[in-house]
Amino acid sequence: MDEVKDVILEYVIEEYGGEDNDITYETPLISGGLVDSFSMVSLKRFLEIKYKISIPDEDASPEAFDSVNKIADLVRQYTS
Amino acid sequence: MSYSEHARGVYQQQLNDILEAGLFKQERFIHSPQAADIDVEFPSGAEIKKVINICANNYLGLSSHPEVIKAAHEGLDKRGYGMSSVRFICGTQDIHRELEKVVTDFLGTEDTILFPSCMDANAGVFEAILTKDDIMISDRLVHASIVDGMRLCSAEHDTYKHGDMDHLEKKLQQFQDKRLRVIINDGVYSMDGDTAKLDEIVRLAETYDALVFVDESHASGFIGKTGRGTHEKCGVIGKLDIITTTFGKALGGASGGCVSGRREIVEMCRQRARPYLFSNAIAPVIISGVLKAFEILKRNTELRDKLEENARYWRKGLTEAGFILKKGETPIVPVMLFNAKLAQDFSRDLYGEGVYAIGFFFPVVAKGQARIRTQLSASHEKHHLDKALEAFIKIGKKYQILSKTEEEIVTKYGL
Repeated sequence: MDEVKDVILEYVIEEYGGEDNDITYETPLISGGLVDSFSMVSLKRFLEIKYKISIPDEDASPEAFDSVNKIADLVRQYTS
Repeated sequence: MSYSEHARGVYQQQLNDILEAGLFKQERFIHSPQAADIDVEFPSGAEIKKVINICANNYLGLSSHPEVIKAAHEGLDKRGYGMSSVRFICGTQDIHRELEKVVTDFLGTEDTILFPSCMDANAGVFEAILTKDDIMISDRLVHASIVDGMRLCSAEHDTYKHGDMDHLEKKLQQFQDKRLRVIINDGVYSMDGDTAKLDEIVRLAETYDALVFVDESHASGFIGKTGRGTHEKCGVIGKLDIITTTFGKALGGASGGCVSGRREIVEMCRQRARPYLFSNAIAPVIISGVLKAFEILKRNTELRDKLEENARYWRKGLTEAGFILKKGETPIVPVMLFNAKLAQDFSRDLYGEGVYAIGFFFPVVAKGQARIRTQLSASHEKHHLDKALEAFIKIGKKYQILSKTEEEIVTKYGL
């Protein structure tokens, strides 16, 4: 699943990374103030289209989207 | 249930946490009307000190303008103190509708509806006009009141990078399947003092069939050649679909706000916006003052011209002294210090020198972007600015930050 993590990391860096942001798999995205909870919408959309899955709104919590690793775990639940 | 020791302890702990995080806000008591020179008691119980105010939203100096005060007195005498009603029961006077027409004419829109504040306008407008089939795409630095309004709305929301038109375009393409798309921006961003690229935003909105929303609270009355706002500056008067603005800043400084824009959207707010439906009509005394503020603005551009000149003079002085400023052309001039403690210490020392300006730091601005936000006013005279500049330079020298780069300041003080 490392490929999934890399795809997500690349997307997150492209969307939210700035010159000074050194985003890793573990960087707290929402609780760290890097990603606002509104922006989860496009991230969720991206994942659903990319992996042909449907993530129910109740599972798309700020906690579940708080790091690349956690997002990859979530994707894994729906692709396995 | 009684207010138990347990409940008291819960709140005391939260307040202690705020205090320890350095985020506890203390109010300063002003013993005079709002103006360039004010009498301040700080901290509570301290001797009253006369200081130059360089952090008010009193952009045009109308907060204590004699004509506005006189008009407010007359409004009080002729229309009474309060309405004791929401607008749609028995709270609408002739002057409420008169002000709505004046605002519509001033902003170049189709209609206007008044709200108790712009916070209420922003909190109510999205829920009133959008459904879950729609998408709100907001700039990442929009004001907190807009964020709250979007939270209250069932429409989906997404954001675009601050001022990044390519990113906005990508988002608009992504959400073409939605019933309605709304691009949401501030006209002037209050923390950085930069302006939205409304001409480009309108062009994208036309290409991708989107509505444009702009909060003009830090623009109405002074941005643009005749002070109409950011849409005048960008040449798109008549092309914005929803404008919200406040009467609590340049337009008299008391309170009140509005949604101005397309006729049907304004009518939807009148039927459905909860802060409009469930709170009192704006007091007649305030309506009368705001009407006078607009009358003064329409006479000539003297006040906004003086404000523009003051902002230019102030920026030039600080830049020549070696401070790092956020680039911009508005009367919001952020002096960058980067470190939160330095910003707090700097503000405290300025107060010691008789200059009142506040430090802003995370979470109000991004981490490592602490600053003193200065705001100019048409009520400032050259001697105010010269004295304030002298104080800034003195404190700047004390902390050895003049003519230093961001890296040098960050190396010395940390982020």
